[in-house]
Amino acid sequence: MSQSYDRGLIEDFGRWQEFSAGMWAWIFHKFTGWVLIGYLFTHVAVLSTATVDGATYTSTLQGLESLLLVRFLEVGLLAVAAFHILNGIRLLFVDLGVGLGAQDKAFYAALVATAAVTVASIPTFLVGAF
Amino acid sequence: MSTQIQESETETETEETSEHQTRRLAEKRERADMAERAETDLSGADETARIKVFRYDPEVEGKKDPRFDTFEIPFTKGMTVLDALIYARDHFDSSLTFRHSCRQAICGSDALFINGRQRLGCKTQMVDLEWPVQIEPLPHAEVVKDLVVDMEHFYDQMEAVEPYFQTNDLPDGELEEQKQTRENREKVKMSTRCIWCSACMSSCNIAAGDNKYLGPAAINKAYRFAMDHREGEDMKEHRINIIEQEHGVWRCQTQFSCTEVCPKDIPLTEHIQELKREAVKSNLKFW
Ligand code: HEM
Ligand code: SF4
Ligand code: FES
Repeated sequence: MSQSYDRGLIEDFGRWQEFSAGMWAWIFHKFTGWVLIGYLFTHVAVLSTATVDGATYTSTLQGLESLLLVRFLEVGLLAVAAFHILNGIRLLFVDLGVGLGAQDKAFYAALVATAAVTVASIPTFLVGAF
Repeated sequence: MSTQIQESETETETEETSEHQTRRLAEKRERADMAERAETDLSGADETARIKVFRYDPEVEGKKDPRFDTFEIPFTKGMTVLDALIYARDHFDSSLTFRHSCRQAICGSDALFINGRQRLGCKTQMVDLEWPVQIEPLPHAEVVKDLVVDMEHFYDQMEAVEPYFQTNDLPDGELEEQKQTRENREKVKMSTRCIWCSACMSSCNIAAGDNKYLGPAAINKAYRFAMDHREGEDMKEHRINIIEQEHGVWRCQTQFSCTEVCPKDIPLTEHIQELKREAVKSNLKFW
């Protein structure tokens, strides 16, 4: 063989439109897993203001909660956590070899349930935000 | 449908040069005929199917840059993608290169990337696809020419799992049959169906990023023998040792891409997952 051709990017994420359930589940799980890790850092930072004194902690929280952006981020965090947990349960079944034929349906179910939980949480998170 | 070119049997010339000459003329006539026939085929066809085919030839100046060629194929009932390619090659461009042999989904030669998915050309009906049909070589493999990719790496991975029956416990009598129970045969049945087409390997995102990953087909092959009771415990341990290495089963991220594209419907992810559990079990064995 004299030479060959590597077709590069079109072979990977360039063909995202052709991805099926299992692939999307994998991408979302990675993404949500790492978002949760990221949240952990901010979470610890906020909680640690309690080591100064109670008043600082309270004013920090109140300050954050008064920001519309934070309210929306909370909804997003819930969505991310809900999907990660639900799909995590799906993955546990996949690891046990249970119901592999329905793995795609399980993924769609996780998406629908995540959407339901997220929508239901909006009144709670956004109350008094506007 | 494939239209095989019939070599004309009338070339019994004496002189070599003239023989050559006649053959060339005959071939030229043949080509003209073919083009003409293609015209009538096209006008007589119920429909015209358009295929867009990936072209690349490093050895021909001007074809070094990959491109897509469009061919118009007279569609006939029952036409497969492979039939369409054969038609294009035989009637429009004899340099169009692709692998095929059995035309019945058993030789594993013609796994292609058809409309964005790994499929066997011979097992894919044109009617089941959106037209124009885009035909490309398998992703994640080096393209040698047109639709032909280098399969060497795939075969290496298959060899790595020792894809043949081996056993230490042979039956006593020399002519004794080595029987497998019905249940055990059922267990490995699907895994025996692999035709080494590499569609699964090509679809796998992990295999794309890790050149050493055994890949779904090789792991499935290991499963076929590891789960065969006739090989015995020692051999099973040996097989588990191979597949639980760093670039073995644990690379699988259960994306299910392989299972979805396998033309023989082998539940690849299921087999990989089962081998993961077997690997864990063999390592946890402290009794
Ligand atoms: C009930 C809650 C949770 C469940 C059921 C769950 C389940 C899982 C499972 C099964 C995996 C492995 C996926 C695989 O097979 O590759 C995983 C990965 C991961 N999880 Fe969770 N998880 C949960 C909560 C969390 C939390 C709270 C965090 C972050 C603080 C987190 C961060 C991650 C990360 C970073 C990964 C790895 C992603 C990667 O593959 O790169 N998870 N989770
Ligand atoms: S497992 Fe299926 S997709 Fe993979 S090489 Fe074998 S037949 Fe082809
Ligand atoms: S030509 Fe043999 S598998 Fe398609």
